[in-house]
Amino acid sequence: MPVAKEPMTETATRDLFPGALEMMILESLRRQPAHGYALVQHIKQRSNNLLQVEEGSLYPALQRLLKAKLVKAEWGVSSTHRRVRTYHITALGLRHLEQQISSFERMFEGITLVLNPAKSPAS
Amino acid sequence: MNWISRIFRRYKLYDDLSEEIRLHIEERAEQLMGEGMSPEEAEQEARRAFGNRTLLEERSREVWQWPTLESIWADVRFTLRQLRRSPGFTIAAVLTLALAIGANAVVFGVLNALILRPLNVPHEQSLYTIERGGYKDQATSYPDYLDLRDRNRTFDGLTAYILVPVGLDTGRNPSQAWGYEVTGNYFDALDIQPYLGRFFHGADEHGPNSAPYLVLSYAYWHSHFQDDRGVVGRVVQVNKHPFTILGVAPPEFRGTLLFFSADLWVPMVNQEQVQGLRVLNDRGQRDIFMVLGHVKAGVTPAQAIADLNSVGSYLEKTYPKDDAYMTYSLARPSLAGDMLGPLVKGFMTGLMLLSGLILLAACANLGSLFAARAADRSREVALRLALGSSRKRILRALFTEAVLISLAGGAVGLLGSIALLRELRAWQPVPQYPLFLPVTPDAKVYLVALLLALVSGFLFGAVPVRQILRTNPYEVVKAGSTGIIAGAARRRITLRDVLVVVQIAICAVLVTSSLVAVRGLVRSMNSNFGFDPRNAMLVDTALSMSGYSGDRVPAMQRRMIDALEKIPGVKSVGYISQIPLGGGGSTSDVFTDQTTDLRTSNAAATVQVFKISPEYFHAADTSLLTGRSLSWQDDQNTPRVAVVNALFARRIFGSVTNAVGRYYKMEDGTRVQVAGVVEDGKYYQLTEDPRPAMFLPFLQSPTSLTCLVVRSNRDPQQLAPAIRSALQDLDTSLPLNIQTWTQGLDIALFPSHVATMSLGVLGLMGAMLSITGIFGLAAYTVSKRLRELGIRIALGAKRKEVLQAALGRPLKLLAFGSAAGLILGILATRVLAYIVYQANPRDPLVLAGVVVAMLLLGLVATWIPAQRALSVDPLILLREE
Repeated sequence: MPVAKEPMTETATRDLFPGALEMMILESLRRQPAHGYALVQHIKQRSNNLLQVEEGSLYPALQRLLKAKLVKAEWGVSSTHRRVRTYHITALGLRHLEQQISSFERMFEGITLVLNPAKSPAS
Repeated sequence: MNWISRIFRRYKLYDDLSEEIRLHIEERAEQLMGEGMSPEEAEQEARRAFGNRTLLEERSREVWQWPTLESIWADVRFTLRQLRRSPGFTIAAVLTLALAIGANAVVFGVLNALILRPLNVPHEQSLYTIERGGYKDQATSYPDYLDLRDRNRTFDGLTAYILVPVGLDTGRNPSQAWGYEVTGNYFDALDIQPYLGRFFHGADEHGPNSAPYLVLSYAYWHSHFQDDRGVVGRVVQVNKHPFTILGVAPPEFRGTLLFFSADLWVPMVNQEQVQGLRVLNDRGQRDIFMVLGHVKAGVTPAQAIADLNSVGSYLEKTYPKDDAYMTYSLARPSLAGDMLGPLVKGFMTGLMLLSGLILLAACANLGSLFAARAADRSREVALRLALGSSRKRILRALFTEAVLISLAGGAVGLLGSIALLRELRAWQPVPQYPLFLPVTPDAKVYLVALLLALVSGFLFGAVPVRQILRTNPYEVVKAGSTGIIAGAARRRITLRDVLVVVQIAICAVLVTSSLVAVRGLVRSMNSNFGFDPRNAMLVDTALSMSGYSGDRVPAMQRRMIDALEKIPGVKSVGYISQIPLGGGGSTSDVFTDQTTDLRTSNAAATVQVFKISPEYFHAADTSLLTGRSLSWQDDQNTPRVAVVNALFARRIFGSVTNAVGRYYKMEDGTRVQVAGVVEDGKYYQLTEDPRPAMFLPFLQSPTSLTCLVVRSNRDPQQLAPAIRSALQDLDTSLPLNIQTWTQGLDIALFPSHVATMSLGVLGLMGAMLSITGIFGLAAYTVSKRLRELGIRIALGAKRKEVLQAALGRPLKLLAFGSAAGLILGILATRVLAYIVYQANPRDPLVLAGVVVAMLLLGLVATWIPAQRALSVDPLILLREE
């Protein structure tokens, strides 16, 4: 097992910025309810494997969403006859997602402006 | 209940989560197998892709927890498991702290009771006692009190009291009770309301013996009248005089002295009946113990003093014969003003400091224990760090451990201290006085114990923090068990060394103080009192309590002496009005024979006054230096004579030999001839400077105060029944207090007893702590350097060299700490000089004692580690690697 010289810190194991993972999960679930494994695959594919998240880091995020009642979960059997726990987005989750996306877009716009002033809409 | 269902639901959530994660990894592995991997490879890859499962599961669960509370609870459970695995460490740590915190709680409990807690009187802040002159004398005469009361403009009423023993006969067996003889306005000036019935007031007084009234204390009413509400209006006998019980004081009011719990209150105008003397009109008789009152709202103490001083200068001018030095100051009444206040405060503060030192030593001790534990666990810490635990989390676990131990220690210590304080409350150090320590532990005591526990937990818990923050998991795991230790040992001065030195220094301070106190006590026991308390019994009684007065008093006293002399085994019997060092005493001014203007400011000396029978010096074993003793012929019909002590003779007549046959004058102008001179003695307290004293024949100046000294050839204790029956044959109503003279000295020795006891206990605790501290260090050093020692032995090192290598460092620290502590101790014990008679820290015996004690401690503490170092077998050690 390779041991890092610098110990892992909490932020190193988390996603890009707080809330990003949650947002992606909610977005996936809006399109289609899914269980954890399917969610991971979906997010990986959609991001062209750009986001090198640990598969497991999905679960704390899912628990946070469950607690906030933005998603709900139920045990069932998948199309491949596996026992799975499927997550659905709730009405509250939908509203939350829309807010997050719009605020994220504004933020992203701002970051772009800073990083790339030449392409700013003003010029 | 909601939270219960939530907890159950949560377990279901956790199970779901684990199941879900297991299924996730399974699905991943299956997929990988589908892509052609072997099952083992697939499973390994699936796990790797998932990440740190334990950590992620924990983090997922955390989502559902009351965030900090539950993770702390998890830490607590983890710590408890850890501690259970090392019970020796746990018990040692908890006990160390329990002792230290317990000691602090006890000392604080007493400090709280005596200094922080006020008297149970409304508006206690404005209550002051009046002290007179540079000596801060609280004694006042009744006429002076009346002038002060009526002429001041800054007090809301001034009241006064005297503490008196009275013979109380309620119809059943008569017994002695203690009372406050107070002025009529006492309860009104203090604003106390009766629990039952009514109090007496200023308006009840109409001259001498006009107010035969009695107010009972709640405790006395409870114990002697069984809470009978019908006592109000009942007539009882006080010293054979009928007094009417008016009422009962409220339970929380025990009088105006904190440590003295009176049974009853009687009006001062009835002094003749209560005390058997009539001095209410005598301005020169400063008989009143204390004058006190509330300063008016808006008046500063300075203004009140100025007001009193103007009354004082009026008194000086108007009554030059009796009143001099009438300047006043104010003090707190609860500890008898400046008589005891500064003493008690100084002693308790000193004790609190010393017990604080004990706690600090305990923390240093535990700190080094923790540091050692952290060093031993550095591999575990490194592993946890490597597995993704954060340093914050590890530190939190560390502090959880420290705080858990400190709380456990605090709880045990507090329980112990509560038990001890209970004992203290019931303790009657001096049987003849109703001393009372109001040391019920209250919220303040609990809070202080809790705070001390928490603070000390964080204090010793913080010791290994740096060690953990610096841990580099990679290095530790690579190096194995020995690498880092060698690195740490090479450093010149470690934190542990500093802690051990601090601890030993503190211990040496405590050992020094306790040795000084013990030595002081031993010296005061063996010092020359001017009498010999061994082989003598004391009989205390007050004839006024049995209704004797006038000529019947000396007659009865003579009959008592005769009766006791007939008891077989009795060598001699002497009468004295008040036994020296018995807690009481009276003084009087004397004048040279040439003085004609007998005003106080012209007095030649203020001397102790004793009235004695001819045999007293013989019975007390006081040696006569020159002249003759008193005889039965020295009575009302012969010229006045006295025996004086050597200091009196030197001060008035220049020398001892000069004094015999010469005359001096009493306050009232009576000429007295000196018959003989006896050796000086201790009269009031052990620490006093020599005082002049005069012994007057009791037949010439009778008093009902009675103390008989019975000297015998055999064990005096055996005489007690015979003494009792002989005296009761004379009068069955005599209240008798019979004890050995040594017991009678308890009150004089009380402060040194207390000091010696408390310092002894603290010294012992300090010694124990330093033994464990040095032992810990020595044992640790030896165990960590076993391999090196083994190699040294294998290479032919001698025993001495091995020991030097193994124990040189702990012993060096011991020497360093002891020296520092000794110096500090010498400085600290100056405080002791106030309490302990002849406390002298520069005493060579004490210094030698400290050095020997510290050497012994070092020897005891390093003995086992030394044995271990010497028994190292290099072969076994080298084979182990």
